[in-house]
Amino acid sequence: MALYSEKVMDHFRNPRNVGVIEDANGIGEVGNAKCGDIMKMYLKIEDDIIQDVKFETFGCGSAIASSSMATELIKGKPVAEAMKLTNKAVAEALDGLPDYKMHCSVLAEEAIQSALEDYESRKKAD
Amino acid sequence: MIYADNAATTKMSETAIKTMIKHLNETYGNPSSLYSIGQNAKEVLEQAREDVAAVINADPREIYFTSGGSEADNQAIRSAAYLGRQKGKTHIISTAFEHHAVLHTLNALEKEGFEITLLDVHENGIVRPEEVEAAIRDNTCLVTVMYANNEIGTIQPIREIGEICRKKGVLFHTDAVQAVAHIPVDVKADNIDMLSSSAHKYHGPKGVGFLYVKKGIRLTNLIEGGAQERGKRAGTENIPGIAAMAAALKESAANMDKNAAHLKARRDQLIAGLKEIPHSALNGDAEKRLPGNVNFCFEGIEGESLLLLLDDKGVQASSGSACTSGSLDPSHVLLAIGRVHDVAHGSLRLSLGEDITEEEVDYIIHAVKEVVTYLRGFSPIWRDLMAGKKEFIL
Repeated sequence: MALYSEKVMDHFRNPRNVGVIEDANGIGEVGNAKCGDIMKMYLKIEDDIIQDVKFETFGCGSAIASSSMATELIKGKPVAEAMKLTNKAVAEALDGLPDYKMHCSVLAEEAIQSALEDYESRKKAD
Repeated sequence: MIYADNAATTKMSETAIKTMIKHLNETYGNPSSLYSIGQNAKEVLEQAREDVAAVINADPREIYFTSGGSEADNQAIRSAAYLGRQKGKTHIISTAFEHHAVLHTLNALEKEGFEITLLDVHENGIVRPEEVEAAIRDNTCLVTVMYANNEIGTIQPIREIGEICRKKGVLFHTDAVQAVAHIPVDVKADNIDMLSSSAHKYHGPKGVGFLYVKKGIRLTNLIEGGAQERGKRAGTENIPGIAAMAAALKESAANMDKNAAHLKARRDQLIAGLKEIPHSALNGDAEKRLPGNVNFCFEGIEGESLLLLLDDKGVQASSGSACTSGSLDPSHVLLAIGRVHDVAHGSLRLSLGEDITEEEVDYIIHAVKEVVTYLRGFSPIWRDLMAGKKEFIL
């Protein structure tokens, strides 16, 4: 049996939405190098719709795949809907993750939440 | 495909496979039986014992066949510990970067009341004999130090440590799983009391190994039952496996010098090539290391994704990252030589096989460079390092 599902391997080998958004209005970074996983999410939100999303990840195959899948799940969606993204939804969209890799999907959820919170707090500051 | 994970396991040699199949077919008798096919099996068993003993300069009666290196480590350490306890000696010395077969046995003994000292292996991954000597106390019953490390390949000063132990009257065990058949091992010249070895590290089958125990040292059984292995390891002997191990060992030992010279040249070619990758570092001493072992850390990337992408390019290797160890911590070996977590996660071990070519090493170098560059391209750590927001460690 393979370590990962074909979908995980596809998102790992060909990650979607990789990179940086220079004029992002919501940025979130979670994880730490000590544990071996860091995810950074960049959001470009206009009229409360996520127009663009990009990510950078330091981590294992499932961390990269989870980041990639999470960006796909929220791209083009209203902020309120993206807020509801769960790690379970990320893992299910990847056709499952091994038990000991579930924390990668949790990180993806947290990275999105963190970027959305950054967007909200910037909005309030305006 | 380039298989570069020979420290994990090796492909069985043709000789070993042929020997194994021959005995699976022909030597089905039980060596404990009195009739001829049983006695034939006994002959095969004792010939294998002689062959194995000859390679490490031991007496055949000092060889006990086991299920592999882990069993041999467990039995050697427990035996020495219990012998010590009878004399009130309950202190054991080892190192911080032993194989888990040793470390976990020591943890178990600690719970039974033994006191364990783990020596520093320093930045170069080599134990200092004078520190072994200084750590020995009146109640020390065992020193156990691996011959060569399984991850970073560093070769330990076994002969010097053995000499110290002999002088102090302390038993000395070495886990030589990575060393036997790869570098010269001589239990007499090296002053070794007990030594563990595993067949699948030198092109023999999995599930078989041996323990060398110097005459006069009483073993404790891990497996009770029949009188096999001089009463010290019960269970009907794995004749095909044992014979195949002996055949593989004889062959590897006969070609050792030639293989080692070839491997060292390819190893050094690989090290030189990977050193060109910026912010990388070789783990362990550059000279005193196994002929086929290369282990690097690359800053800003994680080992598992590196391995998966190398596999896509046809290169099989291993890593000491947390994700490949199944725990949250990276390799205890890399931490023991002072690598911090951040870079230990980005480690790569390539352990070359004897048939590796110069062109294949060039291909590996090229593949690793490509993958490291690609992964750094979207690593937030690498971005911070390059932007000067974080300081490079390597």
